[in-house]
Amino acid sequence: MTHKSIPTPDSFTLRIDGTDVVAQVGQSILEVAQDHNIGIPTLCYLEGLTPWGGCRLCLVEIKGSGRLLPACSTLATEDMDVTTTSPRIERYRRTIVELLFSERNHICAVCVSNGNCELQTLAQEMGVTHVHVPYRYPTLLVDSSHDGFRLDHNRCVMCTRCVRVCEEIEGAATKGVGGRGIDSMIINDLNEPWGESDTCTSCGKCVSVCPTGALTEKGTTFADMAKRRERRELLPYLTQTREGRR
Amino acid sequence: MTNATRPRLATIWLDGCSGCHMSLLDMDERLIDIASVADIVFSPTVDTKEFPENVDVTLMEGAIGSDEDVEKARKIRSRTKILVSMGDCALTANVVSMRNLFTVEDVLARAYDEPGSGNVPEPRPGESRAPKRYVPKLQTKARPVHEVVEVDYFLPGCPPPADAIHYTITELLAGRAPDPSHLTRFGR
Repeated sequence: MTHKSIPTPDSFTLRIDGTDVVAQVGQSILEVAQDHNIGIPTLCYLEGLTPWGGCRLCLVEIKGSGRLLPACSTLATEDMDVTTTSPRIERYRRTIVELLFSERNHICAVCVSNGNCELQTLAQEMGVTHVHVPYRYPTLLVDSSHDGFRLDHNRCVMCTRCVRVCEEIEGAATKGVGGRGIDSMIINDLNEPWGESDTCTSCGKCVSVCPTGALTEKGTTFADMAKRRERRELLPYLTQTREGRR
Repeated sequence: MTNATRPRLATIWLDGCSGCHMSLLDMDERLIDIASVADIVFSPTVDTKEFPENVDVTLMEGAIGSDEDVEKARKIRSRTKILVSMGDCALTANVVSMRNLFTVEDVLARAYDEPGSGNVPEPRPGESRAPKRYVPKLQTKARPVHEVVEVDYFLPGCPPPADAIHYTITELLAGRAPDPSHLTRFGR
């Protein structure tokens, strides 16, 4: 057991998949599950950034609630009875991954993130070998106007990690979401070419957190993409130090 | 040597690069093991011209890109007990689907008419060199095989590693349902 399992005045007990687990006040279901090595798939969630709850892959069943709730943005409460996997949840999760593949033009074989892509890994882990819905094949642009980085909308899954890291960690708020529904796009400033942005500091944090090949550093190879994960590990530390200063 | 009781295997190459078949050949000496227990009755690697009846397992490489691909896929489906989509083009249309962002006319013009397409002399204005006969007609979009015919098993990879192909074939020959996800994935 980890130190997080030792009861304190701020801790309480709930059940996840039939097992009693100890949680701290203020923890999300996902954080509690991760503390106890219970795997829940995620895509938009990234430790160190505000939970977004947009991808819906971490949906879990909670006894007494008719609808599924996202584990990343639902607070754990005392005596909660959580189920992280069931045929219904598995079906929903697989469908979400299939819809993500069908929405844009994800072609793993020609992507620089091949082998280091979270969407690709999710598909493998969930046994998604083909997509049951028709592909959309939208015509999408690639923004190569920035000197160092590239934004390929074909590979974007709209997780908004880049939007959050840009605002919450870098404080630049260059990245945003434009459009509505299925036409939503990551934009720079007021939908300007990235290279013409007045606010971008070229820090590259957005590239580090991108789960797919949508944001890349120009001139990088397959091998370089593996390093993204290492750079991300700094995020929780940055958040902590910033909170300490407040 | 053929035998009425031996399983009948086939492989077919539709709208793809043949890389999956290269990977199939990468099974090396294991091909001899498979040939000793099953008959390969149709494949780019054998000389049969017409897809035979009563095939037990067919591995289908490539997307459905042309009218001819649709005809072949339907015929093969009707003559095969177990159809396996082999490789990302068959599963997702993959690289082949990159043409889906353009019209067929633009794709053909790019290949046959535009400067740099290798045609000398350049075609006259308003005239296309795209073949009008003999070459199968392209469909509006390249599609995964399972959008056209029912598929029983899916083998991802670009190409699927030889180990994943070998595992899939041997499991099917043993009468089991293969799940090759531990050996391969999209883009592998």
